[in-house]
Amino acid sequence: MKVAYWPGCVSRGFAPELHGSMARVAPLLDIELVELDRAACCGAGVIAEHNQELADTLNARTFALAQQEIAGGAELMMNICSTCQGAQSECQERLDGNTPYRDHVNATLAAEGLTYEKGITNKHFLWLLVEEIGLDEVRRRVKRPLTDLRVGPFYGCYIVRPSNRLGIDESHPRDTYLHQLIDALGGTVVDYAGQYKCCGFPIITMNKEASLKQAGRHVGDATDANADCLVTPCPLCHLNLDLQQPAAAAVVGRPLNMPVLHLPQLLGLALGLEPKELGMNKHVVKPSSVIDWTTSVVAAA
Amino acid sequence: MPDYTLRIRRYSPENGDAAHWEDFQVDLDGSRSVLDGVLQAKDREDGSIGIRCSCRAGICGSCGVRINGKPNLACRTHLDEAHARAADGVIVVEPMGNMPVLKDLIVDMDAVHWKKIQRVTPWLLPDGPPPEREYVVPPDNMIDVTQTMACIQCGACVSDCLSMEVDPLFIGPAALAKAYRFVGDPRDGHQEQRVRDLAEDPHGLYDCTHCFNCIEACPKGVAPMSQIMRLRRIAGDDHHVEDRNNGHRHEMAFVKNIEKNGLLHEADLLPDSYGGKLHPRAVPELVSSLPIILRALQRGKVTPAGALLHKHKAPKDVKRIFRDIEGREERYELNLYVAGEEEDAS
Repeated sequence: MKVAYWPGCVSRGFAPELHGSMARVAPLLDIELVELDRAACCGAGVIAEHNQELADTLNARTFALAQQEIAGGAELMMNICSTCQGAQSECQERLDGNTPYRDHVNATLAAEGLTYEKGITNKHFLWLLVEEIGLDEVRRRVKRPLTDLRVGPFYGCYIVRPSNRLGIDESHPRDTYLHQLIDALGGTVVDYAGQYKCCGFPIITMNKEASLKQAGRHVGDATDANADCLVTPCPLCHLNLDLQQPAAAAVVGRPLNMPVLHLPQLLGLALGLEPKELGMNKHVVKPSSVIDWTTSVVAAA
Repeated sequence: MPDYTLRIRRYSPENGDAAHWEDFQVDLDGSRSVLDGVLQAKDREDGSIGIRCSCRAGICGSCGVRINGKPNLACRTHLDEAHARAADGVIVVEPMGNMPVLKDLIVDMDAVHWKKIQRVTPWLLPDGPPPEREYVVPPDNMIDVTQTMACIQCGACVSDCLSMEVDPLFIGPAALAKAYRFVGDPRDGHQEQRVRDLAEDPHGLYDCTHCFNCIEACPKGVAPMSQIMRLRRIAGDDHHVEDRNNGHRHEMAFVKNIEKNGLLHEADLLPDSYGGKLHPRAVPELVSSLPIILRALQRGKVTPAGALLHKHKAPKDVKRIFRDIEGREERYELNLYVAGEEEDAS
């Protein structure tokens, strides 16, 4: 399937291994990524807190660019960042919910010849995996089941709350998709206290201690639950959970050494790709230092 | 009548026992509330079960508890819905979080929630002498604050505030929503002082981490986090409050970063959030972040060239959008709570 692909900023900035691993994984699932390379940052909630109309207009522009690709054969818009998904869903709720407002925003876009038509389908890669490709299909393509790998899902905030805005209901239990995926890849789901909590990243420049305390606690809780690694659909969470993990360990006063994988990396391992191809050497907490590749992941190949 | 099992968290400071769980069977119709279930267990099995309640109709805000791990009003949650969401068919009822437990399902609202509400001066402070007759408020202004006036002080948002979980001094969602109720009221004469006070507080306006838990928790649609964002716009944009917490500086650094680059250049954002690379505020931050920066470079997460230069530049139309919208005389904010959702024509 062809998708209008929005990688976001961080996956091409401080978490380049996310964009890189997505590019590796896509062909293995017959996904053709048409990158929206003219689009701008979603605002990550920060532009919206500064000026709501500005955030809504920038995202309407991204949606309009995606709709051009959809008119050209792409099935939907896809992103790989929970923060993009959440921030864009919030803007879409306003744009779709009020025609005069949408017309007003479109008037700003008109100078570029763009228009956003109400009702774009914009899905995070996690949702696309479960709802479009299907976990049975994913299961069929697994070459190296994650047998014996104990994986803690870290959903973060933007992809699960508010549940009505994000389309979470009985027929779309999107707040269980990471659990389902880990299971489909042959891994063991580890439940722990912090799986739906905030990584703390948004306040790192305002209240560093509170920010890192959040990251440190969740990683510590996952450690206590004997997880081998965490997996997250959000690169901003990854920054606080992985890049800042040594600093978070200092704040919570306990040693932490928990590898944190991006969603396409975990998937890529099960689909037979090598850790290095998936950019796992770029992590601050080396995955190889904790996961025994010879007995857990690779052995079942 | 169907049977439901309620698993209630018990705690009594008087008997010295540790907190523990107790199961109670209740036979009530599924359309009856979890509160009705707790009250039946109290009536038939153990009169010592402690829970606050009054109106039983979702108005008084007394019976806030956590049901299956999520905060809600016990009177507003049907037994059949709670049962459907229960992990193993057992409805788990426990006291709200972030507040000390007094007994069973009763938490100390005075120690946390009400103290924080008092912190934001929750009454009108008009400027100058009162008018000869009543204050006149334009309907649009009143409608604007109705969302925050809908709060029934149940504490559900406080219970699950993730910033408060790590920083108990955080003013929190309920009190900040209450603050907007007065900041947004044209009769109040202390808008600037109010937002300046909240922005400068290290546990105030900029301590919220955008986790959306309060929006999810609120049984009345107050959306406290959305009110916090409105307060930030008023503090930063209308009153130019340069708070000591870097809140406004971070916001402006982010906005300018995107206006210039189109995509975020993280290596600039960090120092700019503290006032710029050479600013005295930024230097200790950069020094303390040095081990992390070096590790990121060592792992090839970033390259020195990538950290210093950002090859992506904002397209001219993105720059124009910033110019057009930032140049407007007034911010255009759509609040769907006020405007209402359109009915789908299709």
